[in-house]
Amino acid sequence: MNIGTHGGACGHACCLRIQDLSVKIGAQTIITGINLHVHCGEMVALIGPNGAGKSTLLKSILGQQTYDGVISFSVPGERNRKAKIGYVPQSPTFDPGDPVTVADLFACCMSKRPAFLGQSPAMRQKIRECLGRVYSEGLIDKRVGTLSGGELQRVLLALALEPLPNILILDEPLSGVDVEGMENLMDMLDEIRKTYDLSILMTTHDFSMLSRYADQVVLLDHKQVCQGTPIEVLGSEEFRRVFHRKGGYL
Amino acid sequence: MEFWYQICSILPVEMLQWNFMRNALLAVILMAPLFGLISTMLVTGRMSFFSDALGHSAFTGIAIGCICGIGMPTVVAVIFAVVFALLFSFVRSRSNQAADTLIGVFSSTAVALGIFVATLGGNSFTKYNRYLIGDILSVTPSEIVWLILTLIAVLIFWVFCGNRLTLASVHPALASSRGLRPGLSQTLFTTVIAVTVTLAISWVGLLILNSLLVLPGAAARNISRNLKQYHGFSVLFALIAGILGLVISYYLGTSAGAAISLLLGILFAVSFCCRKGR
Repeated sequence: MNIGTHGGACGHACCLRIQDLSVKIGAQTIITGINLHVHCGEMVALIGPNGAGKSTLLKSILGQQTYDGVISFSVPGERNRKAKIGYVPQSPTFDPGDPVTVADLFACCMSKRPAFLGQSPAMRQKIRECLGRVYSEGLIDKRVGTLSGGELQRVLLALALEPLPNILILDEPLSGVDVEGMENLMDMLDEIRKTYDLSILMTTHDFSMLSRYADQVVLLDHKQVCQGTPIEVLGSEEFRRVFHRKGGYL
Repeated sequence: MEFWYQICSILPVEMLQWNFMRNALLAVILMAPLFGLISTMLVTGRMSFFSDALGHSAFTGIAIGCICGIGMPTVVAVIFAVVFALLFSFVRSRSNQAADTLIGVFSSTAVALGIFVATLGGNSFTKYNRYLIGDILSVTPSEIVWLILTLIAVLIFWVFCGNRLTLASVHPALASSRGLRPGLSQTLFTTVIAVTVTLAISWVGLLILNSLLVLPGAAARNISRNLKQYHGFSVLFALIAGILGLVISYYLGTSAGAAISLLLGILFAVSFCCRKGR
């Protein structure tokens, strides 16, 4: 199943809508009963313990996982519109020995010209513009395997933003990034969603940033345990029960 | 071929007075970009042992072709190697065993089958020795035509599939997230390796064939900063080692394949010492 056009009304300009989604792998139910609306310009965080099904939900939205239920995307006035999705994968690691620069990586994704022949001046200019969205033009000739965690996240974010998506999906973007890098990355994501009016859906284990940046938090533990504003979810009984925290997070 | 022979006759080089040396020189010049390009992807995709196993399967195919009395054992070997490669890819995608374990399973089974078929009915193994050591001086003009066609096919494949194959090699999840389904490209690449290995086995020999597939890319990887340098150095190293190896083997009377492999080993050592500069 892929994301298609959604005919139902939502009341917002555009909307990613997930209805009664469940994923089974063999006899095991990974997630069930997921219902979620993500509107344009909104940042939604998926939280939950390891193995709760967060990455499976993201894979379902990306079309990399078969599922039961409906995932649809609607834009008023535009019929048969397919959602463009930008994706930053979890723990993106590259071999430090691979002779692949940031420019090579972009050329492999964006250019029809073989990357082993190098990039044309026009393509290099386009790559610089893409990197400029995340203030990382200086990384263009660095090898991807030598980038720090924060630098790599920014490069992959720039790659996910070309072409400009309707929905940006990030799987654990804050893992492997230091505290200062986390703040920079979250500030950048906040700016991107406001500038380009795109939806951001991310999984995270770091709850410290949620109250400042997320509009909605969804707590998953094989099913949708609870959903609401960061204050509502992080202070809830369900959150305490799932994470065994006394007094919640707040 | 006449045009090539005329060029060789102009050059004031003693070894080029012989047609078999002229053929061999043209073959190594054509093999350099072929092996150089394939080597980059093999090394990046960590497929070194896979290509070794393919060499073993090609030998088995030749043995089956010979025993069946088929006129062109190379054709049978190509078909067998391609089937072997596709079967391996199929089992790998559906098994929880590590890739090197599966390669060991396929490689040893293929060799066992080859020896079994070759010695069936008390036949001597001696006639297959040339496939173990190889002899590039035995290359014929018709085989050079096959080499040219293979090189053209590989170049076309690299132009159209190189980007997605590179992305799938350096980060499969990222390639998948961008909607690049590398399945067909990887199957074609596997076929390309199978065809190249089978064509080259009688010239280079099973024992050292894999060094030609792995060493150019491995040496280039030591000193390259980007994909352009990586491919350029890999082809250059294969060309230098090919031509120099042929010259050395002529004057010292050694196996040309072994001389080429040794030179590639030396180039790897030199590039390893220079690797900090990149």
